[in-house]
Amino acid sequence: MSLQLKNLYDDFRDAKTIKAFAQIIKEDAKKIDRNINIMEVCGGHTHTIMKYGILQLLPKNVKFVHGPGCPVCIMPKERIDHAYVLAMQSDVILVTLGDMIKVPGSNGSLQDARSKGADVRFVYSPLDCLKIASENPEKKVIFFAIGFETTTPMTAALLNAVVNKSIHNIFFYINHVTVPEAMVALISDKECNINAFLGPAHVSVISGSKIYEEFPRDFHMPVVVSGFEPVDVMQSISMLVKQFAEGICELEVEYKRAVTRDGNLKAQALIDKYFEKAQNFRWRGLGDIPKSGLKLRAEFDAYNAEVIYKDILPHEPIDDHKLCICGDILKGKANPPECKIFGTACKPTSPIGSCMVSSEGACAAYYKYGNLL
Amino acid sequence: MCLSIPSKVVKIDKENNMATVDTMGVQRDASLVLMGEEDVRVGDFVLLHIGFIMNKIDEEDALLSLETYRQIIEAMDEEDKQRAILEADECSNRGE
Ligand code: SF4
Repeated sequence: MSLQLKNLYDDFRDAKTIKAFAQIIKEDAKKIDRNINIMEVCGGHTHTIMKYGILQLLPKNVKFVHGPGCPVCIMPKERIDHAYVLAMQSDVILVTLGDMIKVPGSNGSLQDARSKGADVRFVYSPLDCLKIASENPEKKVIFFAIGFETTTPMTAALLNAVVNKSIHNIFFYINHVTVPEAMVALISDKECNINAFLGPAHVSVISGSKIYEEFPRDFHMPVVVSGFEPVDVMQSISMLVKQFAEGICELEVEYKRAVTRDGNLKAQALIDKYFEKAQNFRWRGLGDIPKSGLKLRAEFDAYNAEVIYKDILPHEPIDDHKLCICGDILKGKANPPECKIFGTACKPTSPIGSCMVSSEGACAAYYKYGNLL
Repeated sequence: MCLSIPSKVVKIDKENNMATVDTMGVQRDASLVLMGEEDVRVGDFVLLHIGFIMNKIDEEDALLSLETYRQIIEAMDEEDKQRAILEADECSNRGE
């Protein structure tokens, strides 16, 4: 048999295979005499789990907590305010990806800035900035870069093109964050109730599975790097449950068709050329996590909007709405329906917290696919 | 946001280091700058993320997974069949 594109979609969503894994998980879970809480770190997994009703297929003692792996959800308000301030400059075109445009900052969202006359654009690829910049030579194009390891090399590739082609009107407002540091922060919390991780696979496509080696080794925390189709997720859960049933603790890769130990070295070299670790990044809901963010190396200050505009960017951290429990959700301590305003004051059309904004956010996923628990 | 889409390479434009990929009938251009030279060929399966090809999908591994799934389902079907036979055997008023 040779592989068809259709196989990569349909066969990894096959209902019969999902059911078969549910059966295997059930059998193995009988051998475990306690609850295990698996955290899916990545919002893509949250989406799959909710969309395919995976929680309902699991035995009582296998539970999920939803992690902080949605780049939109973890963006603190003050950084959205920064983007807002940048967008409001009359000679600036602010460019971004994803749902970022809808997230409310303290003055409103980027969408609101647009309705006040700001030029905010939403693009499919960072490379679209090149076209926007050449069509608007009198404007400054600022790329509001967000995302984890998966998305960082694409920002680096854009900067590489900007440097090589001596383009003078593209700048960067960098908000790239890294996953392992956040995972360490979560399990270092005294109240942590996580027993295992479903590792984000597309992060590992770039960084390799090696970034998770410290978890079984130093924290006694098993990790399975999982693909995003429902069969991938079910197989990964079965691998984790089996580890518990057999009393082992390892790093395993379920998504072998796309993940190697070392990852994409060319992408890593490109990241390394332009970025270095920032001292701190303040995650929405989680607070400061040392070394969890990236910044441009000082030699690229001329492209760094955070440096160029430092005098007009507000510096005060801004906390979330009193009733919003996104923080606890992102830490795995609460589930969305426990929020007092879930589905009432806070909905995807009028989000109060960031977990409701992005379709990958836990609150939005629970809202969309029904509160089935 | 961090999702990537499995796609098949249908054309390569070496000069611009770009490829054309097909995602279930939708064709679009993708940059090859994150891939090594000669890494990607027409007919390869790749993951596409925000306009870039970020790696190749290993065909052999994908097929291996699918084969494993086939076997698991087969074993389960067999078990179901056995169970059905067993239950039929235990049925007290069979054929009488
Ligand atoms: S429902 Fe809204 S307010 Fe409540 S935790 Fe989720 S995002 Fe925050």
